[in-house]
Amino acid sequence: MKEIDVRKIEDAIASMCSEIAVVYNRPIRRALEKAKETETGERASAVMEMLIENAEIAEKENIPICQDTGMAIVFLKIGQEVHLCGGSLNEAVNRGVERGYGENYLRASVVADPLYERKNTKTNTPAVIYTEITDGEEVEIEIMAKGFGSENKSAVKMLTPADGEKGVIDFVVETVKNAGPNACPPFVIGVGIGGTFDYCAVLSKKALLRNVDEHNPDEKFANLEKVLLNEINALNIGPMGFHGKTTALAVQIEQAPTHIAGMPVAVNVCCHVCRHAKAVIR
Amino acid sequence: MKKLRLPLSEEERMSLKAGEPVLLSGEIYTARDAAHKKLHELIAQGKELPVNLEGATIYYVGPTPAKEGQAIGSAGPTTSGRMDPYAPELLDLGLKGMIGKGRRNQAVKDAIIRNKAVYFVAVGGAGALLSHSIKKREMVAFEELLAEALTKLTVEDFPCFVGIDCTGTDIYDLD
Repeated sequence: MKEIDVRKIEDAIASMCSEIAVVYNRPIRRALEKAKETETGERASAVMEMLIENAEIAEKENIPICQDTGMAIVFLKIGQEVHLCGGSLNEAVNRGVERGYGENYLRASVVADPLYERKNTKTNTPAVIYTEITDGEEVEIEIMAKGFGSENKSAVKMLTPADGEKGVIDFVVETVKNAGPNACPPFVIGVGIGGTFDYCAVLSKKALLRNVDEHNPDEKFANLEKVLLNEINALNIGPMGFHGKTTALAVQIEQAPTHIAGMPVAVNVCCHVCRHAKAVIR
Repeated sequence: MKKLRLPLSEEERMSLKAGEPVLLSGEIYTARDAAHKKLHELIAQGKELPVNLEGATIYYVGPTPAKEGQAIGSAGPTTSGRMDPYAPELLDLGLKGMIGKGRRNQAVKDAIIRNKAVYFVAVGGAGALLSHSIKKREMVAFEELLAEALTKLTVEDFPCFVGIDCTGTDIYDLD
């Protein structure tokens, strides 16, 4: 058995919240710079230049890349040999988020009651927490700070087996088309295929945690990612919707076994500020 | 790039064409979802608004908190479409400019044409860069809404594009 103090988890989360708000994920930054070279339209080029200048200012002056510093989504993988000590895990996670946001002047964007009061909790908590028990004696923490301009344009559809690959392509492309200029393209598109109604949505978010320069390990799905990226970029939505070649920087699929009768598909749209980070506590 | 000083005269507004990049200077208000809802409720109750909308410009933004020595934190545009249910009545009450990102619905376009107003589009996710053009921020109303409070900004050379001009032409529909 391995003892891990939850305060280490809290500290790691606080530090990741602070980092990802101001420092662009490196592979995305590289993808943006590459995309800038391919845009020829006056407005699309101007947007790409501004995004890169913004990235530089954010990092140099420690100003958040975007004012929507997101809702914190925390994925925990806890090795079954680990004994967590030092207090409540969930409280530690939320304290980490509260500190990360509060100490670094990030925006408190969470309301307690989603329908009636919509009162800001002022701490950007609670975070959305997914906890998975795995083998081993480590705790892996992955965090995403998800903006809602793009989250609002995400969708789930219960396809049937007969819909096949074409059904998946049509739904993903349709969802991106519907996101259009509103969700801050160029996007990163997370796609979850399989599981259940709820689980495919989780998969689509997990897909966004993968770096944009890595492909699905399964060749067939890696190929589908390429096909989808081409189709999405043929939509000519372009940077900020001003038309151009770059509507998405990457499409990332996560798949899982599903029922003989179904093929759930979820599309999690993410803006170009796709903030995520990972830490392992041993 | 065309430099504009707010408030714009009718002639200046009419001269703007969807798609052109502009730099805005002057005073603008910030308001987003919750502040719009409150303004709508005040209008419905026939109460006085905390701002004079005549000739005003509203920027759809919920900035990050300012650090010591900063006027404002990161301050890029939020999605304008969520303000569509509220925008026409504000335009009919004298609002002449809106700054945000993304498409507007037909009712907003009609109100823009009817009132010879302009919708500007700023670059989403460029909040650090845009904060450089914001020199001052003052609380006006609804302080309890935190980032969503109604505040007044003084901007200098704030970069954006004409999104929907007085004729209803839309930047997103240009070739």
